[in-house]
Amino acid sequence: MKKRQKRLLLVAGGLTSVALVTGLVLNAFRDNLVFFYTPSDIVADIVPMERTFRIGGLVEDGSVYRGEDGITVHFRVTDTAVAVPVVYHGILPNLFREGQGVVAVGSLQDGGVFKASQVMARHDETYMPPEAAEAIKRAQREAARTVEQSGGY
Amino acid sequence: MIAEIGLFALILAFLLAIAQGTLPLIGAARGDVALMAVGRSAAYGQLVFLGIAYAMLTYAFVTDDFSIAYVANHSNSLLPLQYKISGVWGGHEGSLLLWILILGFWSAAVATFSRSLPREVLARVLGVMGLVAIGFIGFTLFTSSPFERLLPAALEGRDLNPMLQDPGLIFHPPMLYMGYVGFSVAFAFAIAALIGGRLDAAWARWSRPWTAVAWAFLTFGIGLGSWWAYYVLGWGGWWFWDPVENASFMPWLMGTALLHSLAVTEKRGGFKNWTVMLAILTFSLVLLAAFLVRSGVLTSVHAFAVDPDRGLYLLAFMAVVVASSLTLFAWRAGKVGLGGGFQLVSRESALLTNNVLLAVSAAAVLLGTLYPLFLDAFGLGKISVGPPYFEAVFLPLMLPLLLLLGFGPRLRWKQDSPTEQLWRLRWIFGVSLVFGMIWPFFVGNWSFLAGIGAFLGLWIIGSSLKDLVDRLRPRRESTQTLGTRMRRLGRSYAGMQFAHIGVGLAVIGITFVLGYDDERDVRMAVGETVEVGGYAFRLERLEEVQGPNFDADQATVVVYRDGQRITTLQPQMRYYFSQQQPMAHTSLHRGLVRDLYVNMGEELPGNAWVMRVYYKPYMNWVWAAVVLMTIGGLLAASDRRYRIRVRREDEVLEDDAKLAAADAVKPEGNAEPKPAG
Repeated sequence: MKKRQKRLLLVAGGLTSVALVTGLVLNAFRDNLVFFYTPSDIVADIVPMERTFRIGGLVEDGSVYRGEDGITVHFRVTDTAVAVPVVYHGILPNLFREGQGVVAVGSLQDGGVFKASQVMARHDETYMPPEAAEAIKRAQREAARTVEQSGGY
Repeated sequence: MIAEIGLFALILAFLLAIAQGTLPLIGAARGDVALMAVGRSAAYGQLVFLGIAYAMLTYAFVTDDFSIAYVANHSNSLLPLQYKISGVWGGHEGSLLLWILILGFWSAAVATFSRSLPREVLARVLGVMGLVAIGFIGFTLFTSSPFERLLPAALEGRDLNPMLQDPGLIFHPPMLYMGYVGFSVAFAFAIAALIGGRLDAAWARWSRPWTAVAWAFLTFGIGLGSWWAYYVLGWGGWWFWDPVENASFMPWLMGTALLHSLAVTEKRGGFKNWTVMLAILTFSLVLLAAFLVRSGVLTSVHAFAVDPDRGLYLLAFMAVVVASSLTLFAWRAGKVGLGGGFQLVSRESALLTNNVLLAVSAAAVLLGTLYPLFLDAFGLGKISVGPPYFEAVFLPLMLPLLLLLGFGPRLRWKQDSPTEQLWRLRWIFGVSLVFGMIWPFFVGNWSFLAGIGAFLGLWIIGSSLKDLVDRLRPRRESTQTLGTRMRRLGRSYAGMQFAHIGVGLAVIGITFVLGYDDERDVRMAVGETVEVGGYAFRLERLEEVQGPNFDADQATVVVYRDGQRITTLQPQMRYYFSQQQPMAHTSLHRGLVRDLYVNMGEELPGNAWVMRVYYKPYMNWVWAAVVLMTIGGLLAASDRRYRIRVRREDEVLEDDAKLAAADAVKPEGNAEPKPAG
């Protein structure tokens, strides 16, 4: 009887710790999800302030310039429908180019500027970041739908 | 002609794999000795033909045969010879060929070193290895042949990705694959044992050295990859929780659990089901890693070109392997007896806790890696899970594991007294706590986390050394010399010590490099100085230099500390002739307690560049830890008791009975001498 109680206690202890750990993992998981938004989402104001997220799209042609200090970079990310201004401090990836796909991680500042903590471009010459492609696809789908609707009226 | 010979050899290897995957298993079921004997010769034959196929592809690379599509895509006539040879595994098809070559090598190694295994067991193990080989060689032949011709032939190759033109990358894939594929041996032993219906201490003893070797290679391979990311990619980090890194980390965590669980099965006959389960899960995670990297679901430096057929094939292969082995497990596991019982405080329960924590860690990594992929696959949105998640999960899981590591190896099997162990380690505990908390003052601003990390590292190293000293202390009546006593501890014990001390070093290194690294992106003009981490970096000059297959801008940066010249760093921005993309080449100065390194970013007007300057404290401790763990794994695998003649079955059974009888009577001594055989 005593042995059985002991075992029961052990099993209960084990289950409690597993439950605890699961809770911890899921909690950490929920807090650290990084969502993805397109420039259109940002303009449409559905993006939470002060939360880290990713944006993707193309670097708008002619939008890149370096600040006086040589470190701050300003550019605009477009999904072909709208563009969002981005500011970043530091070295851009080697394959960062105007007109090319880009993904940035950061958060939205007052005034609608996206402050990037990390900028990612392609890894090689034959590939577009999937999130950049997604942003453009969504924007174009949206554009097509708008045209259809306006044609219907 | 070369390509055709290679392809033909590959087809022959495939046919031999089919023979190896079927005949010995049938033979073992029927008790047919001739059929069982096929396994060994098929394994050798397979290795020979895979070797021929591999040699043909290498020959094509060395002789610049651009009529083969794979060579044309991954080589260039200007490529230095060593990169032509390593370029063979620079892309999907070739690296897969390397993978199956290594699989053939492991099969042949089992055939060679397991001569003394009972015939049926060896036949089943080789049979299962053959089934795995069918899957992978078939994958190569049907979806990813490296021997496809390019018509008309290219005049010049597209060149190897410059990121891959580095010594670190020459060795990273072979080491990693040795580890990945090595776990197929542990898997084969587990499945063979399930088929045979006999899981016992002998089975654990057979599969333990193979697991240790695979684990050592995987550890080293992951370490090399991390080292490569650290200094070739110049991202300043060495671990990014990138899905591909996670893909290799999950089998490592599971494999580590397997290694520890096997100890219980071998020594105490316990955890049998769990050990088999871990062997199956570890190999499943290896297959998952292959799927993640090769299917194109991920986009990263490691990901190969997207091809849905490949992903589908691997997914199907993985499903078949996992489903059939779990079915077999469900069917057979019930027959496996439980091992000896144990108390709450005992070596068994310490190892059980180790296993649970490692398995949960692997599950947490799995969740963070797969969840975004699932959402994306079902069109439910794009999310990503960043390093903060993994760090938040790992910290609380590793704390108890590392604390326990100090006690574990000292605990007696079956039952031990917690107060006694605590009392014996009180000095180690106290001293490491005090020094751990003080140490961060010498590195930078004191923080509690850095103190905890340093404490745990010191605690692990200290308690490991204390255990060694205790075990070497002569018993009163003993007249053995120190050398004899040391030898008597055995390589298995030495291996454990190496690996555990490695863990201690890793904890210290990781804590300090995460807590105190300094990274600055700055504009530097010639003659300007930047302070980072207490070091002054002065840009002396900028010039243009030439390499064998690239031109480069080179910066010369002299580093000073307190007016003393420490070193000169010469990072480059390289422009490879065959690529449009420039490629930064890092310059690094290593030291015992810190690395310094400089990377070039982009050119600015006014004879200046954007430069990234790093100060990385204690980075080399992490690399040293990887080396120690690798040595540990190899040492443990080379223990004498794995090499002696394997006893006949009845002897083993007799032994099991003795073990059970011994459990019932006496608890073992603390400084239990390792059994010599």
